[in-house]
Amino acid sequence: MSILVNLLGLGAIAFVIYWFWLWRPQNAAHSTGGAIEITVADGVYSPNHIEIPAGESATLRFLRKDPSPCAAMVIFDGLNISEELPVGHAKDIRIQTQEKGVYKFNCQMNMYQGSLKVV
Amino acid sequence: MNQALSEQGALIAIQGAGCQSCVKKIKHALAPLTDTDKVSVDLQAQTVSIDAAVDIPAALEAIRQLGYPAELKENEQHEEIPAGDHCELSAAPEAATKEDTAPQDASPQSTGQASAIQLNITGAKCAACVSKIEQALQSVPGVASASMNFADRTAAVEGDADMDALIQAVEQIGYGATLATDDAADQEAKEKAELAYYKQLLRNMWLALGLGVPLMAWGLLGGEMMVQPGLSQFAWLAIGLITLGVMAKSGGHFYTGSWKAFKNHSANMDTLIATGTGAAWLYSMAVAALPQAVPEMARHVYFEASAMIIGLINLGLALEVRARGKTSQAIKRLLDLQPKTARVIRDGDEKDIPIENVRKGDLLRVRPGEKIAVDGEVRDGKSLVDESMLTGEPIPVEKKQGDKVSAGALNKTGSMTYVAVKVGKDTALAQIIAMVKKAQNAKPPLGRLADKISAVFVPVVLIIAVIAALVWYNFGPDPRVAHMLVAATTVLIIACPCALGLATPMSVMVGVGKAAEAGVLIRNGGALQQAGELATLVLDKTGTITEGKPSVLEIHAVDGRDQTELLRLAASLEKASEHPLGMAIVESARDQSLTLSDPVDFHSESGQGVTGVIDGVTVLLGNRRWMETNHIDASPLTEMADKLAEQAATPLFMATDGALAGVIAVADKIKSDSRDAIARLRERGMRVIMLTGDVKRSAEAIAKQVGVDEVIAEVLPEDKARVIRDLRQKAAQGELVGMVGDGVNDAPALAEADVGFAIGTGTDVAIESADITLMRGSLHGLADAIEVSRATVRNIKQNLFGAFVYNVLGIPVAAGLLYPLFGVLMSPVLAGAAMSMSSVTVVSNANRLRLFKSSAASAQHQQEEKAA
Repeated sequence: MSILVNLLGLGAIAFVIYWFWLWRPQNAAHSTGGAIEITVADGVYSPNHIEIPAGESATLRFLRKDPSPCAAMVIFDGLNISEELPVGHAKDIRIQTQEKGVYKFNCQMNMYQGSLKVV
Repeated sequence: MNQALSEQGALIAIQGAGCQSCVKKIKHALAPLTDTDKVSVDLQAQTVSIDAAVDIPAALEAIRQLGYPAELKENEQHEEIPAGDHCELSAAPEAATKEDTAPQDASPQSTGQASAIQLNITGAKCAACVSKIEQALQSVPGVASASMNFADRTAAVEGDADMDALIQAVEQIGYGATLATDDAADQEAKEKAELAYYKQLLRNMWLALGLGVPLMAWGLLGGEMMVQPGLSQFAWLAIGLITLGVMAKSGGHFYTGSWKAFKNHSANMDTLIATGTGAAWLYSMAVAALPQAVPEMARHVYFEASAMIIGLINLGLALEVRARGKTSQAIKRLLDLQPKTARVIRDGDEKDIPIENVRKGDLLRVRPGEKIAVDGEVRDGKSLVDESMLTGEPIPVEKKQGDKVSAGALNKTGSMTYVAVKVGKDTALAQIIAMVKKAQNAKPPLGRLADKISAVFVPVVLIIAVIAALVWYNFGPDPRVAHMLVAATTVLIIACPCALGLATPMSVMVGVGKAAEAGVLIRNGGALQQAGELATLVLDKTGTITEGKPSVLEIHAVDGRDQTELLRLAASLEKASEHPLGMAIVESARDQSLTLSDPVDFHSESGQGVTGVIDGVTVLLGNRRWMETNHIDASPLTEMADKLAEQAATPLFMATDGALAGVIAVADKIKSDSRDAIARLRERGMRVIMLTGDVKRSAEAIAKQVGVDEVIAEVLPEDKARVIRDLRQKAAQGELVGMVGDGVNDAPALAEADVGFAIGTGTDVAIESADITLMRGSLHGLADAIEVSRATVRNIKQNLFGAFVYNVLGIPVAAGLLYPLFGVLMSPVLAGAAMSMSSVTVVSNANRLRLFKSSAASAQHQQEEKAA
């Protein structure tokens, strides 16, 4: 029993490491000309992995459904963008970036997290 | 221009450069090829202008290698710019580049561009309506682009179209359109949503505590919390199901949030709460369902913990929502400045109309006690106008015909009519609100560490909780399973990193708001932090330390001549001149309501003076050499003239009908409070340097009067940026250099400094050109900015310290570190309360910053109290 509990514990630690840190997104939302809609609710951005081509501008349309203060702001730190998101209304954020790379975006408290990949 | 090496320079069209760092990169890449002092990057026009010899193909390649598509622009304008003018022209783009150090507003709704119009659309029921409405808008002359956002029923129109035509175009196809509501409405909607959320949180709290408190009281009063097979088992099973209902109703969002985050491979606050309370409930239910399977001493249930934790966290969130509302009071006060209606005069009739219906060019009336509705220019009337909430300037300013008035300012005494020059989101007030909102969202570098930690915090805590559980299971006392559960749950609950995440933004929000109240507009978080760390401050002289507008200081007449008559003659003569000193004399005469005559036989000698005949009297006005040229002995007044020169005034000798008549001293007056403000800066340990193009003697005279020891004089405008660069290079490691100037002319130097302060009076350029804009002309604004910066950074550090200490100490205690020493294991309920209070503490400490008063304001307050 004791061995089983310890194995379960170690397995849980390994799972946390894999699931939250080592896992890499396979499918990301792509820009298809129009705006990419991102819902802000229940602690997550849906979708939370976005891919846009370098050198082209893209519009991310955030629709915040969560009234909690945590969801009020979205910050793209590497792009110097921080915008307040109104509850129940779409907010368009236009992204224009040339440099390829992954740009994280998150709420003020870093609880909502997403990534923008410029390819 | 097609040859490889161009001696004249080049104008290169680029794409995709969007920020100050792009500018730096481009300049850096061009450094081996040309003189980077002669390179300017215009982000708005997307051009790189090189005003020196350069190998064009190499320059194009260097820029392309950075990832920016680059083409040589065959632009005649570049070649036509005279050398002397180019510096001035290139200053503006440099100024524009500063904008990019601030958070970018990428949304069409809030660009604040003069050409962007936002409309609310009604009647659009399906996505197919969108293209119809966009087509209708695009058919209006002047529209460059129109796009509709179906989700929030708004349309963004760019170009120079007439608003009424746009509305009509939409109405003609069967929909409705109005000008989008302003910030005040947004704020109202936000407050409404916050209030509704606050009430919902309270309801959740009452429900959860309604169950948790009686259960907890039962346990504390000696009631049985252990499950024994039999009747009590069924009772606990029933209580468990009730608890589940309460958890779902009051804390359902934690579980759904946690699950969604998990599916997205991210972990958040909900993860910790859901895991902690879920584990406590599952364990308790297992005990209640199969007590025989659990050792007797571990048959404890923790339903009260789950309910209490959810109740307390809801309470903490509610308190946080309330405290957060207070942090944005500065914005609310700015929004309150905007009147809801304006009195417009159309076809001779006066009527009050909603502010959003005021159009450019409308004639408006403002009566005493009313606020100016939009930015405009006074057509008729005279009044004292209080612009203090906009500029921080406490003394009302007199406005008369031709003067500019700003939306939000309070008209105090007289009635005036004025023409609307800027309306809606183009007014200075609207731009200030937009800028303050943006700056409030920006984070200073200080907060980055907390961000990095909080981004990985939750999974780390999950691992710590598992380790704590294993340690208790393997080495803990009996009942090991119960202890293991309590320790892991407590770690999960206490570790929420909310306080860490809130520490910086809350202080920034209040600090930027406090600065705005003092007429100091901070554009970005970096500037907010760095302003307080400046070791050296370079002050431009003209317009910054001085008024920037010469005026007559003194008149000395010889042989008892009438000073007023001398001024009248001199002003009549200078009417024909456009020299700034001459204009100062004319203005002084007009201020005294003197009647001026037209000069006859006017003649001007560059660098010497002017002559002409006024009412039959031959008048000469100019420097000593001008007198010598005209064989007039100026020696009786030379000593006086030298004294005036030592006071930084320019003495102008005057002769009438061939005889010396007097000397008129014209000087750019020092602002009344420059000396006090500079003293405030020096008291704060700052090295203050005056930078000017004036001759050294005159500059030193001014410096002495205002208490500045160091002077860098005789600097050409285009060399100011180089001076700042040199000072930065010479500064000790980590010492920062700030530059203060009056907007456009000093833009390159402002951009070069670690922190650029533009002294402006609410003009667009001043707002856009620097890291920090001082809305009033006084240097006290500079000292206020530095004090606000220091207070804010101190507040952030307190918050970060509190949050770090809380987590660093809280987690080990929750894991049971004190148990071997004192036999104490923290209750999960206590952890829930502590976790909620940590966020409330941080937000409350940030709110404490609202009580901040600058040293000048405090001194004034004390004086008023003494006087009372």
